[in-house]
Amino acid sequence: MNLKRKDILSMASLAPEEIAIILEAAEPFKEVSGREIKKVPALRGKTVVNLFFEPSTRTRTSFELAAKRLSADVINFSPSDSSVVKGESLIDTARNIESMQADIIVLRHKAAGAAEVLAKSIHSSVINAGDGWHEHPTQALLDLFTIKEKKGELKGLHVAIVGDVAHSRVARSNIFALTKMGAKVRVVGPATMIPPYLDRLGVEVYYQMDDALSGVDVVMMLRLQLERQSRSLFPSIREYARLYGLTQERVQMAAKDALIMHPGPINRGVEIAHEVADSASAVILNQVTNGVAVRMGLMYLLSELH
Amino acid sequence: MKILIRGAQVIDPGRTNQIGDIYIEHGKITLIELKPQGKAEVSTDMQIIDGKGLIACPGFIDLHAHLREPGFEYKETIATGVTSAVAGGFTSVCCMPNTKPVNDSRSVTEFMLRQAAAANKARVFPIGAITKRSQGEELSEIGELFEAGCVAISDDGIPVMNSLVMRRAMEYAKTFKIPVIDHCEDLHLSEGGSMNEGQVSTELGLPGIPNAAEEVMVARNIMLVELTKAQFHLAHVSTAGSVRLVRDAKARGLPVTAEACPHHFSLTDDAVRSFDTYAKMNPPLRSDMDSHAIKEGLRDGTIDVIATDHAPHAPHEKELQFDSAPFGIIGFETALPLTLNLVDEGVLTMEGAIAKLTSEPARVFGLSHGTLQIGADADLVLFDPSQTWVVDPAKLHSKSRNTPFGGWTMKGKVMKTIVGGRVVYDA
Repeated sequence: MNLKRKDILSMASLAPEEIAIILEAAEPFKEVSGREIKKVPALRGKTVVNLFFEPSTRTRTSFELAAKRLSADVINFSPSDSSVVKGESLIDTARNIESMQADIIVLRHKAAGAAEVLAKSIHSSVINAGDGWHEHPTQALLDLFTIKEKKGELKGLHVAIVGDVAHSRVARSNIFALTKMGAKVRVVGPATMIPPYLDRLGVEVYYQMDDALSGVDVVMMLRLQLERQSRSLFPSIREYARLYGLTQERVQMAAKDALIMHPGPINRGVEIAHEVADSASAVILNQVTNGVAVRMGLMYLLSELH
Repeated sequence: MKILIRGAQVIDPGRTNQIGDIYIEHGKITLIELKPQGKAEVSTDMQIIDGKGLIACPGFIDLHAHLREPGFEYKETIATGVTSAVAGGFTSVCCMPNTKPVNDSRSVTEFMLRQAAAANKARVFPIGAITKRSQGEELSEIGELFEAGCVAISDDGIPVMNSLVMRRAMEYAKTFKIPVIDHCEDLHLSEGGSMNEGQVSTELGLPGIPNAAEEVMVARNIMLVELTKAQFHLAHVSTAGSVRLVRDAKARGLPVTAEACPHHFSLTDDAVRSFDTYAKMNPPLRSDMDSHAIKEGLRDGTIDVIATDHAPHAPHEKELQFDSAPFGIIGFETALPLTLNLVDEGVLTMEGAIAKLTSEPARVFGLSHGTLQIGADADLVLFDPSQTWVVDPAKLHSKSRNTPFGGWTMKGKVMKTIVGGRVVYDA
C-alpha cells in the first residue's frame, strides 16, 4: 500500500483512492499513541523539519509529536524572526534546510501556493500545514478520519461548514475532501464571507443558520478571525455570534446524532456556545487525537519513497 | 541607403493590400509599386530584400509599455527594451512614466529620449505622469511634459483615485490636445487582490480582484469625459463590463478610445491554477466570458488598439510565492503571433489585425507613423504569417524573462524590422 507522490500539498490534488490509503494508514498509528511507550521506529534516522512562517502551537505540536513518535529527528524552524527579516526568500530558506538533508519539510506560510513553490524547488517531501487561505490538507484528512470513525461512512453524509469560508483553508480542504468522498456539503455564513461559484463545486450555499442545519449529520464550525471586523466583513462579534453562533437550539435543528466539529482554537461564546463545545457530540478533542495519528500515517507513507 | 523590398504582400491598412515592391530612400518610403512588372530600377547601391511569402506593413506602434529606465535598470533598460520591441516588429513604443524618478518632468522625459536616441532602434514616445510623482494629488507640469515630447499623460500602474483631480487633468490636457490615459482600478475594491475574483480564486484561496474594480472606474472616467469633452484612452481593458461601457460611450459619440493586451484575449484565469507568477499581471487574466467580450470588442471596433503592457521583472522578483510576486509580463515579442491567432479565429481580418497595431494606435495618439504612404518615415515590419516558432524565454531580447508563453508554439514570425529606412532587426 503505497502513496506514489513526493508531497502532500492539497486535497484538490488527491484522488479518492489516495485519500483512502492515507486514512487506512492512520489506523495503526492511533493505537501506538494509546500505548504506554508511544514509539515506533518507522522513521528512525529520518529528519523532519517544521518550517512554520506563521505561528502555530497546536498544528506544529501535532506534527512534532507525530514525527517523534515515529522516532524521527525533529527540528522546529520559525523564520518569521531572523532570515526572512534579513530578506532571504522562501526558496533559499528551504534550500538551506534541504542541504542539511531534511527528508520531510512541513510548511506553514501565509501565502497561498507557498507549498507548491517549495515542493517544486526541493527534493525533500513537502507537507502543506496551511498556506494562506488555500489548503490545510492534513486538517481535512483528520476531519475525514474523525467522521468515518464516528459515522462509519462518508458517502451520502450531509455536512455543513459554518463561518468564514472565504478565508478558511480548513473549509477549502474539507470541501474538496468531502465532495471527493461522496459527502454532500453545504456552507453557511454571511455573504461577505462566502466566496463566489461554490455551487460549481457541488456545494449548497446558505446565508442563514436556521435554514441550513436541518438534517445535517456533521456541523463543522470555523473560527471567526476577529481582525476581519475591521475589513467590513462583519459589523460586530455580537451580531456574528447571534446570527451564526452554534447554540444548543441550533444543534437541535441538525440530525439526531450530529457531530459537532471545530479545527480549533475555539472562541467560546462566539462561533460556538459554551455548553455546545463541551457536550458529548463535540468531537473536537477526538479531532486533535486523530490529528497525530493521521500525520504519523502520512509521514510514514511519504518516507517509504526515499 | 536604398532598400527595395520585393514581392511582399503590402498591407497598409485602409489603403493597400496587394503584392508589391516598396522603395525606401533617405529613411523615407519613396515608392510603392503594386503588382510590379519587374520593370523596377535596380541600382547597385540598393539593398534588395526578398519579400516573397512575407507581409510588409507599417511598423507596429505600442501605446503601452514599461521600459523601466530610469531607476529599474535591472529589469530592463531603454536599450534592451527597444531591442526587444523591434524583435517583435514594434518600431514605435510609448513608455509609461512609472520609472524612478517618475516621469513628471522635462528632465526625465529628455533623459528617456536621449537614451532612446543612443539605442537607435525603435522610436520612443514618452507618456508623462498626470500628477506629481504619480501621487494622485497635484497635476504635474503637463505643458512642460508636452513640450519635452510626451504624447499622452497617465499615472499607470496606478489609477487616479480622486475624481476631481482626474477631471482637472482631463480639462488641462485639452490645451495640448493630448489624451489622458487611466489604469482603471478602484484600489479599495481590488485591495489585497492578486488574481481575478472568480471560480479559480475561490478554489485557490487567493484574494481576488473583481471585474467591478475596473468597471467602476471605467464608468467614472466615461462620466468625466462627458463632463469635460476631453480625449480619453482606457488602458488594458480586461472585462466584459468594461467593453460594454466603452461601446455605449462610443455610441453616444464620446471621445473615448480603448486598448486590449494580447494576454487578455489569449489566456484566462485558468492559467493561474498552478500558482504560476508568470501569469500574474494587473488587470489580471479574467474568465472565458471576459476574454470573449474582448475579442468581440476588437471585432466591432469598440476596442481600437492592441497594446502590449510590456512589464519586465527580474527572475528573483517573480520566483516567489504568488502574492509577493510583482504584477506584469513582458510582451513585445509575442504580440504579433497572438494577434494573428485572432485572424485564424475569424475575429479580425489580416488587414484589421495589422490596423490594431499600426494605423489605429497612430490615430488614437495623433502620431504620424503607422502608415506606408509615400514620403512617410520608412518604419516597416516584414513578417512571415505562417512560420511557426517556439517561445524560448532565454532567447527573447528583453532583459527579463517573465512570460507565460514559454514553450508555446507561435505562428507568425517577424523577419525584418526597419526604422527610418534602417534595418534594426534581422531574424
